[in-house]
Amino acid sequence: MGEILKIDGISVSYGSIRALTDVSMNVNEGDIVALIGANGAGKSTLLKAIVGLEPLKSGSISFAGETICQPKHHGLTTDLIARRGIALVPEGRHVFADMTVEENLDMGAFMVRDQSLIEKRKEEMYDFFPILGARRKQKTRSLSGGEQQMMAIARALMSSPRLLLLDEPGLGLAPLIVQDIFSKIRIINEENKVTVFLVEQNARLALRTSGYGYVLENGRIVLSDNGEALLRNERVQKAYLGA
Amino acid sequence: MSTLTLYMQYIVNGLTLGAIYSLIALGYTMVYGILKFINFAHGDILMVGAFIGLLVYTALTGDAAPGAWTLSAFFIAMLVSMIACAILGMLIERIAYKPLRNANRLAPLLSAIGVSFILSNGAAWIFGTQSRRFPYPFENDPIHIGSITITPHQIVVIVVSVAMMLLLTFFVNRTRMGKAMRATSLDQSTSQLMGINVNRVISLTFAIGSALAAVGGILAAFDFRVYPSMGTMTGLKAFVAAVIGGIGNIQGAMIGGVLLGILEAVGAPLLHIPNGMKDTVAFAVLIIVLLVKPDGILGKNEREKV
Repeated sequence: MGEILKIDGISVSYGSIRALTDVSMNVNEGDIVALIGANGAGKSTLLKAIVGLEPLKSGSISFAGETICQPKHHGLTTDLIARRGIALVPEGRHVFADMTVEENLDMGAFMVRDQSLIEKRKEEMYDFFPILGARRKQKTRSLSGGEQQMMAIARALMSSPRLLLLDEPGLGLAPLIVQDIFSKIRIINEENKVTVFLVEQNARLALRTSGYGYVLENGRIVLSDNGEALLRNERVQKAYLGA
Repeated sequence: MSTLTLYMQYIVNGLTLGAIYSLIALGYTMVYGILKFINFAHGDILMVGAFIGLLVYTALTGDAAPGAWTLSAFFIAMLVSMIACAILGMLIERIAYKPLRNANRLAPLLSAIGVSFILSNGAAWIFGTQSRRFPYPFENDPIHIGSITITPHQIVVIVVSVAMMLLLTFFVNRTRMGKAMRATSLDQSTSQLMGINVNRVISLTFAIGSALAAVGGILAAFDFRVYPSMGTMTGLKAFVAAVIGGIGNIQGAMIGGVLLGILEAVGAPLLHIPNGMKDTVAFAVLIIVLLVKPDGILGKNEREKV
């Protein structure tokens, strides 16, 4: 299948500090692609740039053949990028804490105008993440970290995106819950045909889940290969797998 | 009249006043909830709303005696004024606040003070500074319930205010755009990720807040008459009400308004504060709230769980 996301030589700066330098990468439709790297390598910045939350200094990003991000605010605004079919599950989940689980899902479906379709998708989410069904009338604030992460993923899926971006879905969660979330991500990819691009500090899990991976160091892509090959790569083993 | 019934009477009066404060406080609190900015021109919107209401009402009724027609004309005038103020509110946001959204936090505040002066001086220029009476669109004969007296105008104020607040509550909790408004006030960038156009939500917030201010201005006009600077003190007190309830919180603004109205009506006679100085009550309450519970009654603790 063809290329769905194309990042072409982008640079992003915070004032005088370079966060990303000449980053290029591709995501093919139907794949799971991982971006691994240390804390502060620029992983979250890259995801934010894709959805237009960080302005580009140079380069461009296109999605399904259309240029969505360009320097100097020439790209689309974040809400329009979302409408093109890209959903981001942000780092730290960013659930609407004062709203109920159900209302959060309603917000995820903000772009869907068909009320019966929204109800159908909510039921699908409650089946897929049973804990959310049990807590649908509760304020999201009262959910545990793992439940909030599932809530954030379910919310992103409500718009049935073509591309799902996940920023550290395992951050701060117990290992068993992380396993559960990653197996759900695989199901989302295989059964719902959603292309997934995920950023993760847990390199082993990320690369095992993914078909292809990129390694980001100090704002630059230093390596890219299929997941298996990266797991065997000496440099990756030393720096990220603790071998 | 016993002391008890006397104070019951004050509470009824305070409830009427408080309902008006609540309507106006909602505009401050909704805008603050989303933009973290105090719209100091909000009080002047209520003045514009009162003037438009009065003009439309007099144009429709002329010298007609109070009756079914004048009462309908009153609600038509209110509707026209709400629409006009909604548009005015959106325009002000577009012209005076939106370009400053990423500027220093002080800039939009100063801009708002500028807009406030433009509106009140503009009104003085167009309508003159003399105050006008808003005629009662119905016979305003007091009704006696036991030893408490309530006038039909007080009943109208309370019924209209409660209806507006119920409508707003329904909008915010049950409709798609209302929920988007709450989401935007909770987390702006995540709302954008949901495909919500934040600029549109902000415009809508100004429109709704300004329409409610128009209603507040017309209802206040019965008691305070209509004049170019009528929005200053009432607007300031409604702002105090929003702070008491917890600024940014919609229910808080409703509660804060009613509470402030009652405290004013009861506090002044209780503490033997002379009539000309009864505004001190509201501001004394403000200072106490800021010292004791700066987040207000329903204000949430800003510290988030990490």
